[in-house]
Amino acid sequence: MAEAAERTRAVRGRSRPPGGSRTSNTAPRPFGALAWALPPIALLALFFLYPLALVVQQSFRPDSGGTSLRPYADVLASGAFRHALWTTVWLALASTAGCLLLGFLLALVIAFVPFPGAKGVARFIDVYLSFPSFLITLALLFLYGSTGIVGSFQFLTTPWGVLLAEVTYFTPFVMRPLLAAFSQLDTAQLEAACSLGARAPRIVRQVILPEALPALAAGGSLVLVLCLNEFGIVLFTGAKGVTTLPMLVYGKAILESDYPGACVVAVVNVLISVGLYALYRVVSRRAGA
Amino acid sequence: MGIRLDSVTVAYDGNVDTLALDSLDLTVEPGEVMALLGPSGSGKTTALRAVAGFVRPVSGRVLLGGRDVTDLPPYRRGIGMVVQSYALFPHLRVDENVAFGLRARKTARSEIRQRVAEALEMTGMAAYARRHPRELSGGQQQRVAIARALAIRPDVLLLDEPLSALDARLRSGMLAELARLHRELPDVSMLYVTHDQVEALTLADRIAVMDKARLQSCGTPRELYRSPADAFTASFVGGANLVPVTVGTGGVSFAGAELKVGTNGVAAGARATLCVRPHLVGLGQGPNQLAGVVREIQWRGATHRLYVEVDGHTVMADVRELKAPPVHGDPVTLHFMPDDAVLLPAEVSHG
Repeated sequence: MAEAAERTRAVRGRSRPPGGSRTSNTAPRPFGALAWALPPIALLALFFLYPLALVVQQSFRPDSGGTSLRPYADVLASGAFRHALWTTVWLALASTAGCLLLGFLLALVIAFVPFPGAKGVARFIDVYLSFPSFLITLALLFLYGSTGIVGSFQFLTTPWGVLLAEVTYFTPFVMRPLLAAFSQLDTAQLEAACSLGARAPRIVRQVILPEALPALAAGGSLVLVLCLNEFGIVLFTGAKGVTTLPMLVYGKAILESDYPGACVVAVVNVLISVGLYALYRVVSRRAGA
Repeated sequence: MGIRLDSVTVAYDGNVDTLALDSLDLTVEPGEVMALLGPSGSGKTTALRAVAGFVRPVSGRVLLGGRDVTDLPPYRRGIGMVVQSYALFPHLRVDENVAFGLRARKTARSEIRQRVAEALEMTGMAAYARRHPRELSGGQQQRVAIARALAIRPDVLLLDEPLSALDARLRSGMLAELARLHRELPDVSMLYVTHDQVEALTLADRIAVMDKARLQSCGTPRELYRSPADAFTASFVGGANLVPVTVGTGGVSFAGAELKVGTNGVAAGARATLCVRPHLVGLGQGPNQLAGVVREIQWRGATHRLYVEVDGHTVMADVRELKAPPVHGDPVTLHFMPDDAVLLPAEVSHG
C-alpha cells in the first residue's frame, strides 16, 4: 500500500503543469485521474480479486497434485452437480417470476389504491429489505413446519417450500424500485386514459406497465442474481432433496473437505451470475431503457 | 350535448369547512364554449374534474345531455379531456396515442385508422404520426393531445388550462386553432378552464367567473366586460378603476366632484362603487372631469398608462401614446363619458 501511495504522489506531481495555465481546467488530465483511481483499484484487487483468483487457482489443483482440468471433469461429470445446477437455475427463474408478478401487483395496490396506511406499508418494505433472509424461513417454519401453527405440511422441505420462502423474502426487492417508478408516473396520464374510455386492466397494461419496465428489469435482475446465490433460505428450510450450487459448495468444502471440487462449483456459480448480468445489460440496452 | 351542474358541492377529504366547490349551478348549452375564469384556488378546475368524473360531489348532480352521470365512472362518460401537461403516453407513437381511446372502445381496426388520420388532419399533425411525443415541441404535443381527445368524437370537450404551458406567441396561434376547431365542430360543447382573461374573452361564448369556490357571475364576454355585476368580475375580466362613490340624483359624487352617470334607480344617498375601464378614461377637458396628480407613468408602446391620484384614490388611464407625456407629480385632468361608467353595489374591493 505504501508503495502505491508513493507512486500516486509521484504521478500527480508530474501531471501538474507548472504555473497553472487556464487550459489545465478543461483539458483532460489522464495522469491525475489515474492517480485518483489507483488506491481504490489497489484495494479492490487486494480484498476482492486476489481471493477470487485463489479460488479459481484452487479449482485447477486436484488433490492428487499438479495443475490439471481433472477437478472440472470430475465435477461436470457427476450427477449431483448437474442436478444442483438445474435446481439452482429453475428455482432462481421461478422465484424471480413469482417476485415480479407478486411485487407488481402489490406495488400497484400500494401506489394506486388509496387505503389508510398505504404509506406505512411502503415504509415497512424499506425495513423488510434489511431483514436477514433466514428470518423469513424461520417464520415460515413456525407457520407450516412439522410442529407449526397451520399444521405439518411437508412441502417446506421440498423445492416448493424454498420457492415460497424465496418469493416471500425477495418480493420487496422488486417492489422498492417499482414504487419509486410509480411515484414518478404522471397521474394526468392515468386520468387521460380513463376519460378516453380505458378501464383499470387496460390502463395497467398500456400506461403503467410500459413505464414500469425499466424498474421491473432492474428489480428482476437483482432478484435473479440474489436467488442464484441464496444460501440461508435453502439451509434453513432443511430441505434434504434441494441442493443448489451454493449448498453444493458448502457440502464439498465443509463436509467433504473437497476444496478443488468446491472451487469448481463456485467458479461455475460466479460464471452463471456474471453471464446472466451481462445478458440483462444487453437486453435492457436493446429495449432502449 | 349540454352540460349541467346542479348545485354541485365538492369537499376534499370530507372537510366541509373548506369547500372546493360551493353549490355550483352552471349550464353549458349544446355547442357552446363556456370559459371558467378565476384565480388559482377558485374552484374552476374542481368544477371541470366533477364533470369529468374524477371528483365526486358530496351533493348535487352532474348532467350530460340531460342524463344524470353523477354516479358514472370517468371511462363511461365519453368526454374528451385536454390538460395543461398534455399527458401524452410517452412510449406510444403519435398515431398510437390518438388511437388509444378508439382501441379502448373496441372500434373496428379499419375505422381506427381512418379516424386517427382524420383527427391528426384536423389538428395539422398528420405529418408527425410516426413520431414519439418526446420528439415534438410543446405546441405540437398539445395538438396531439387535442387530436387524441377528439378522435373518440366526444360531445363534450374539457380543456384544463390547455395553453398555460406554451409561450406567448404559440398561445395566440393555438387560440386561433381552437376557435377554428370550434367552428368545424359546432355540436361539441366545450368547458374551458383558464386564469387568462384574454383566452376567455377570445374563445368563449359565455364566461363563468369563479372566486373562492363560488360562481361570481356568468354571462357573455361583452356583458361581463361592458356591464359587470360586481367588483370582482369587473377587475378580473379586463382591468377596472373601482372607486367608492355616493349616489345622488342623476349622478354620483366622488372626491367633491359631481359625476353624471346612470344611477339606474339606485336610491339617492346610498354608497356604491363606480367602475370605469382604464382605456375609456381620457386626458384633458371633457365631461365628468376629475383633477389629480400623476403618481406613475408607464410607456407601453402604443399607449401610455397613467396612475393618477384623485383624492387618495388611484385612477388608471390608458391613453394613446403621448407626444409630450406628463411627468411624475404633474397636475392633470381626467374625464370619461357618462355611459362608459357602471355603478356597482358598494363593497370592500382591492381592484
